[in-house]
Amino acid sequence: MKILLDGKGVERVLSRLTHEIIEKNKGAGEIVLVGIASGGIPLSQVIRRKIQVIEGVEVPAGFVDITLYRDDLARAGYQARMKRTEIPFSIDEKKVILVDDVLYTGRTIRAAMDALIDFGRPRNIQLAVLIDRGHRELPIRADFVGRNVPTSRTETVEVRVEGNPEDWAVLLKEESRGKGE
Amino acid sequence: MNWRRRHVLGLSDFQPEEMEFVIDTARSMEEVLSRDIKKVPALRGKTVVNLFFEASTRTRTSFEMAGKRLSADVVNFSSATSSVTKGETLLDTARNIEAMKPNILVVRHSASGAPLFLSRHVSCSIVNAGDGANEHPSQGLLDLYTILKVKGKIAGLKVAIVGDILHSRVVRSDLHSLGRMGAKLWLCGPATLAPREMERSGAVVTSDIREAVRGADVIIMLRIQLERQKTAYFPSLREYSRRFGLNREIFSLAKEDAIIMHPGPINRGVELSDELADCERSVVLRQVESGVAVRMALLYLLAGGSHAAH
Repeated sequence: MKILLDGKGVERVLSRLTHEIIEKNKGAGEIVLVGIASGGIPLSQVIRRKIQVIEGVEVPAGFVDITLYRDDLARAGYQARMKRTEIPFSIDEKKVILVDDVLYTGRTIRAAMDALIDFGRPRNIQLAVLIDRGHRELPIRADFVGRNVPTSRTETVEVRVEGNPEDWAVLLKEESRGKGE
Repeated sequence: MNWRRRHVLGLSDFQPEEMEFVIDTARSMEEVLSRDIKKVPALRGKTVVNLFFEASTRTRTSFEMAGKRLSADVVNFSSATSSVTKGETLLDTARNIEAMKPNILVVRHSASGAPLFLSRHVSCSIVNAGDGANEHPSQGLLDLYTILKVKGKIAGLKVAIVGDILHSRVVRSDLHSLGRMGAKLWLCGPATLAPREMERSGAVVTSDIREAVRGADVIIMLRIQLERQKTAYFPSLREYSRRFGLNREIFSLAKEDAIIMHPGPINRGVELSDELADCERSVVLRQVESGVAVRMALLYLLAGGSHAAH
């Protein structure tokens, strides 16, 4: 196991990411945040708090579960528990920042974009991820990346951003099954 | 837990965790139904066949809607318009449909055990949509879900089920779903239609509707099948209605926040007075709403997994 980022490191990376989001969008006026369940939800909450500190604006935040949009329904051999989707605001003509912890094959992002389109017609969708670990299987890239981490498919990236900020961390683990998406 | 069930034939072997899993999935489905675009691509490319050998509009429509909301192709097959009237056997009919490669067969049949029988002879998943007087599992789950939504819990609630207990598959499924989740069940009907043997299920059986309704949190009224009158289970509809119908006076014996349920279709003025059928304590339409979500959950859970890979 290797520690890619410790608590302070995650904090700094997210601060930079938030500044980049605000800079590129010239403020936070038309931004809404949508975290992808489960890993993207706590991250989107952190980014939301940081936007509030920096810009003094409370941006709407929701989350989306992509289970019903997956392309591998019959592959898993069983059905895992579904999570919730909650986007309690209109995304029409908004700049949607999609937030996830790890960008891997890109299939989750494809599913999340399909889900978002069912909720309305955003002005644009931007992608913010804490870790980009490579191995894309679809033509998808992130607009805001916390860290690029070269990995092998047998490794797992674990992101912890819940609870006490001092315990936050990003870990790289050696495992037989690939994870991250 | 993970879902590994291939068929849903009845609730008799459903564990509480499994029912909670279905309800939890149904909650996610209900969120989909609250959107402007009420459709998700989860079952794209899957085929659901509604195989109904017995008249039903509500359950069939509910399953059809559930399948379509999930993007499955839904085909309806009803016996009145089919080769069954030309003498084809149940198994031949099912095998012919199976040859067209559906993923899920939703079966309703007047014979108890017909879905179980089919599940042993075809390779696709089977959902029992009501078989004789045996079970109606999706109804048992949607009743559970509806009560949970309104009351927030099941354990400790007094649930009175009134009507033709003997012939009711809804009762048998509700006994499994509500009973196993800890509700106290009271079954009430004319002695000919509410046999004492039903006490083996752990429920209390009575022929006094006042006793059943007194202090109840939930009252489930069953449809009295008008054709039963011919077979002399009770003297007349009027007498049945007077002794076992729910009216305002009897309903006042229940808890203040008690709710009225009915699997439908209602015989207004027989088992349920007009006034009560339309009052704000009647959750009949919420049951219909829950029904689509629960059936979406069942279809979704059955269509996933490698066993369903056609």
